[in-house]
Amino acid sequence: MEPFTQHTGMVAPLDRANVDTDAIIPKQFLKSIKRTGFGPNLFDAWRYLDHGEPGQDCSQRPRNPDFVLNRPRYQDASILLARTNFGCGSSREHAVWALAQDGFRAVIAPSFGDIFFNNSLKNGFLPIRLDAAVVDRLFGEVQASEGYTLTIDLPAQTVTTPDGESFGFEIDASRKHCLVNGLDDIALTLQQAEAIRAYEARRRDEAPWLFGGAA
Amino acid sequence: MAGKTLYDKLWDAHVVHTDPDGTALLYIDRHLVHEVTSPQAFEGLKLAGRQPWRVDSMLAVADHNVPTTDRRRGISDPISRAQVEALDANCAEFGITEFTMTDHRQGIVHVIGPEQGLTLPGMTIVCGDSHTSTHGAFATIAMGIGTSEVEHVMATQCLVTRKPRTMQIRVEGELGPGVTAKDIVLAIIGEIGTAGGTGYAVEYAGDAIQRLSMEERMTICNMSIEAGARCGLVAVDDTTIEYLRGRPYAPGGELWERAVAAWRDLVSDADAEFDRVMRLDAAAIQPQVTWGTSPEMVAPVGASVPDPEAEADPIKREGYRHALQYMGLRPHQPIGEIPLDRVFIGSCTNSRIEDLRAAAAVARGRRVAETLKQAMVVPGSGLVKAQAEAEGLDRIFLEAGFEWREPGCSMCLAMNADRLEPGEHCASTSNRNFEGRQGTGGRTHLVSPAMAAAAAIAGRFVDIRDL
Repeated sequence: MEPFTQHTGMVAPLDRANVDTDAIIPKQFLKSIKRTGFGPNLFDAWRYLDHGEPGQDCSQRPRNPDFVLNRPRYQDASILLARTNFGCGSSREHAVWALAQDGFRAVIAPSFGDIFFNNSLKNGFLPIRLDAAVVDRLFGEVQASEGYTLTIDLPAQTVTTPDGESFGFEIDASRKHCLVNGLDDIALTLQQAEAIRAYEARRRDEAPWLFGGAA
Repeated sequence: MAGKTLYDKLWDAHVVHTDPDGTALLYIDRHLVHEVTSPQAFEGLKLAGRQPWRVDSMLAVADHNVPTTDRRRGISDPISRAQVEALDANCAEFGITEFTMTDHRQGIVHVIGPEQGLTLPGMTIVCGDSHTSTHGAFATIAMGIGTSEVEHVMATQCLVTRKPRTMQIRVEGELGPGVTAKDIVLAIIGEIGTAGGTGYAVEYAGDAIQRLSMEERMTICNMSIEAGARCGLVAVDDTTIEYLRGRPYAPGGELWERAVAAWRDLVSDADAEFDRVMRLDAAAIQPQVTWGTSPEMVAPVGASVPDPEAEADPIKREGYRHALQYMGLRPHQPIGEIPLDRVFIGSCTNSRIEDLRAAAAVARGRRVAETLKQAMVVPGSGLVKAQAEAEGLDRIFLEAGFEWREPGCSMCLAMNADRLEPGEHCASTSNRNFEGRQGTGGRTHLVSPAMAAAAAIAGRFVDIRDL
């Protein structure tokens, strides 16, 4: 996983509540068995005027000029500003892959779908919860000033505006540790293999019916 | 000290380790796998040279991409076919039990787990699918996870997670005639919103829940994710135990007796405290229809589409405006005057035998309206299909003009060939009315199976209680 420490980037505002993962990456692109190639299909149904299918050359497709991310001023954005319950719905990690592969490093919103939030952290993509009132203010500032940037400092757990105003955000210590150091979750868990085996042995005695498998 | 909630009991029984910051390593008893969210996890496992920790905890099935027409011809879309073949190859390589596309037990992963007795009370269950919450109806911690977590559970049998807060939703009193579990859960989501359950494990309780069958409880737990909840649960009672007795993979003999004795404790203690409690009067719930693009945009069938301008909250107002524009509806339009093009009865929410019986009871002796382009019934599994055919339900549907299909996820998310065309309205028993969910530009209205069947007959939404 790519480590996340500090990041300064341009902000794009997506002013809609309840943006679901079906909107972030529509289902037809989930047929891929690869982890890459999702970036051009991010928000596919909103971004393009035609219907997208896997394998198309997206550079040739007609873009929807009304979709905010298509505006020239947001082309280089790497931080997405969103409303409440961003990433709700389906568990598809493809939503995070699409955001990251389209150049986003973080998304700021008042709240997130739980599974999307967890998926983000596994991909070095930072979901930041800020109060709805703060998010509301940031929307105003982004829309008012072209080229608006924010600086995210994960070790310090702050988001800082161009004026130098900082907002703190919460993140679990262990998740932060993994992100900052780009650690592989599985390798970390396997360090506890003995504890897992001991648990398993005890449970096999207590509740053997849980181990009657499909095999 | 207060007693334990059901969730507390399940959690405590599965924690292998807890970090000082509250991050826990939770042991997973059952891992269900389907073709869409697993290929990258298998690839990761192989690239790292790892083996699955416990293949006997796993069951795999292809459900999202499978055709619901004749299976013998295979899958015509080469990309869909490649994904299903990848699952077959991965399961063969690692020795994982798979119900393949032509197995008579194949079906939607959340239908076959309980049906086979692979979903058992007291378990932790994960699947790379948000509707894994379905299995909570059996007093389990059942959660949808992403592909990285799928790989993590394969490799370690554990999930790194945090304990959510607990919410109890009590539904009390008598449900009115024609009002179903689907209406209960849609009413709950309408009340608390699609983020109302975020960060919570929700236990459904109260006498109205206790009277529900397992199929109905699964419908409610299934849509917990639509309220944002991490999982939904219902306590064990006789209904749970009777459902599981004799299932293929349920324990037998002396082990069954021991298991049942342990399962009896899988209830919240009388003095357990929840972080939040919500009450709902069952008698006040009416048949529900969603009008918008989020499950919280829902109203009783007799109501009208709301006016965005009447919304005080600007974000909600904007959401309503977007939704009405996408759905092609106008403010104050009666729900009963929404034009319909197709009807879909199926999905992990409502494709079990009771759902099909409820729909067939409405369809019996009637005809699908000529104004509809299609009305289709997609059973949740091969066994549900066989059972329905043994009861003659297929004849009722076919005679009424419904299509009778092979099992799979089908038009719930339209990854196979079953989908809406742009602008079409569909009365659907599925779980999500998101933009494009059932096909690009498609317009979904979520309803119960009986309401969907009634809509198919009338060609528009009608109150099932008036039939």
